[in-house]
Amino acid sequence: MAVVEADGVTFAYGDTPVVEDVSLAVEPGAFLGLVGPNGSGKTTLLELLVGLHRPDAGSVSLFGEPAHAFADGERVGYVAQDATHAGGRMPVTVREAVRMGRYPHRPFGRFSADDRRAVESALDRVGVRDLADRRVDRLSGGQQQRVAIARTLAAEADLLALDEPTVGVDAESREAFYELLAELNASGLTVILVEHDIGVVTTHATEIACLNRRLFFHGDPDTFVETDALADAYGGDQHVLAHDHP
Amino acid sequence: MTGVPMLAAMPPLLLSGLLDWVLDDVWGTALDVLAALTGVEMLGYPFMQRAYLAAVCLAVIAPLVGSFLVHREMAMIGDTLAHSAFAGVAVGLFVNATYALSVPPLLTALLVAAVAAVLVQLLVDRIGTYSDTSMAVVLTGSFAVGSVLVTATDGGIAVGINSYLFGSLATVTRRSLGVLLAMTLLVTVVVTVAYRPLLYATFDEVGARAAGLNVGRYNLLLVVLTAVVVVAAMQILGVILVAGMLVIPVATAGWMRGFRRAVVAAVAAGLVATVTGATLSYVYDVAAGGAIILVAIAVYAAVGTARTLRSTVTVLPTRTGGDRPVEADGGDGRD
Repeated sequence: MAVVEADGVTFAYGDTPVVEDVSLAVEPGAFLGLVGPNGSGKTTLLELLVGLHRPDAGSVSLFGEPAHAFADGERVGYVAQDATHAGGRMPVTVREAVRMGRYPHRPFGRFSADDRRAVESALDRVGVRDLADRRVDRLSGGQQQRVAIARTLAAEADLLALDEPTVGVDAESREAFYELLAELNASGLTVILVEHDIGVVTTHATEIACLNRRLFFHGDPDTFVETDALADAYGGDQHVLAHDHP
Repeated sequence: MTGVPMLAAMPPLLLSGLLDWVLDDVWGTALDVLAALTGVEMLGYPFMQRAYLAAVCLAVIAPLVGSFLVHREMAMIGDTLAHSAFAGVAVGLFVNATYALSVPPLLTALLVAAVAAVLVQLLVDRIGTYSDTSMAVVLTGSFAVGSVLVTATDGGIAVGINSYLFGSLATVTRRSLGVLLAMTLLVTVVVTVAYRPLLYATFDEVGARAAGLNVGRYNLLLVVLTAVVVVAAMQILGVILVAGMLVIPVATAGWMRGFRRAVVAAVAAGLVATVTGATLSYVYDVAAGGAIILVAIAVYAAVGTARTLRSTVTVLPTRTGGDRPVEADGGDGRD
């Protein structure tokens, strides 16, 4: 069974069509890179895939259930584009932020030994253990991204969905971050990554989807660079949309 | 079959008995003992004992709910709902004056504030943000309703409304204290139970939604809780100063490390403000609401100044070649 399956998905903000007739399936263990020009609907498609919107037409199924009604929330880890701004100046520590990953498992009551173990191992896995008692808002952009990933690991999510996670992160931390993603993917986690840097995607992803409102390509990176999909998607058929990342 | 009416009469009896026990046997006795030990006579006066208990309740619930509001940049929703509660009081007094009823104004205040809370949330869901415009519409609209109703009865209820406009500690009756205690218990229990979803939704709303949390429901819960706190606080602080108690203690504790600790620290800062404010209000015979908010601001300023001084002092040795390693964050000891 596919982790996520979109079938003829169409979605508009008011009168502005953002995603049109997109069908694609993401199999367990895949690392899908979602690319496309600015305003191509990448973010919206990702939000549709994890059930944050209900499609106007077509359907999205998440682990075999309709995505917008999917209740088993801990299986999905979502890191939004502005995750580095999450919480603003809230006095939340790294450990507190990572513990939030366990909240869907345990909305109230004491944390079990399993919960605590999941949190500690998530802190270790992304290398922020020594920052555990620091405030999230005092960390660098790269460290904050790792905390966001740790939260989804603590949730023991099966699907990790990231929207341009390295915006505002320095080059060195970015490379380390993508290596971490590749490692997590190698250990079985399904990853969907929205990214404007095509070089990063073709290096790390196992499959590419190229979007400009409609889906121009879905296949492996090697084929992608050989076809004209990129030029087609970025080329003539472009419309200026009201917003870049709605 | 006599058991049924007896059972039906039990809860009110039980409640008033419970209130007597809490007020007289527990709180009253404790303060009497404190008065005898310290020689501070005012601690022994029943009206001051009630005032202090009200101050404690206020210091617990306002920062508790305010902690979630401030970090969502929803601070002014407290002000908006306070004005709605004011309209609610006016509705209650108006209905009582016109139809010779005796509806408690606090009840109508709670109803109107809760309706306004839901209305604001609906507006927000439509517009997508806590816009200043929608807040201003509800705030001024509420106050307009209140002022029209107050003047519609030839000023007959204007006297009654004054105590809600400016608040008072001296007029806290046993009955209103009972209501305040019940509200405090309710707010504390609800926030404790819903702490995790509220925190998650405040920290990362989109992430919380993706994790399957019904964020809309918790946003609604938060604004309705705010309405309850505002109505509870209004009798003491007055309509206009309510927002201060939701915001200032939270800002005072904003530098803490850890959200839970910050909430506890905000309640502590709130306690200092309300207890000191209540005392000053009695000693100098000034408005309790004003005194409480001024003390809260003084605590905020003092904590801010102390932290600025401390970080200046700890930075100096580093500059002159101390043994502290230079850290990426400037090594100024802040984290």
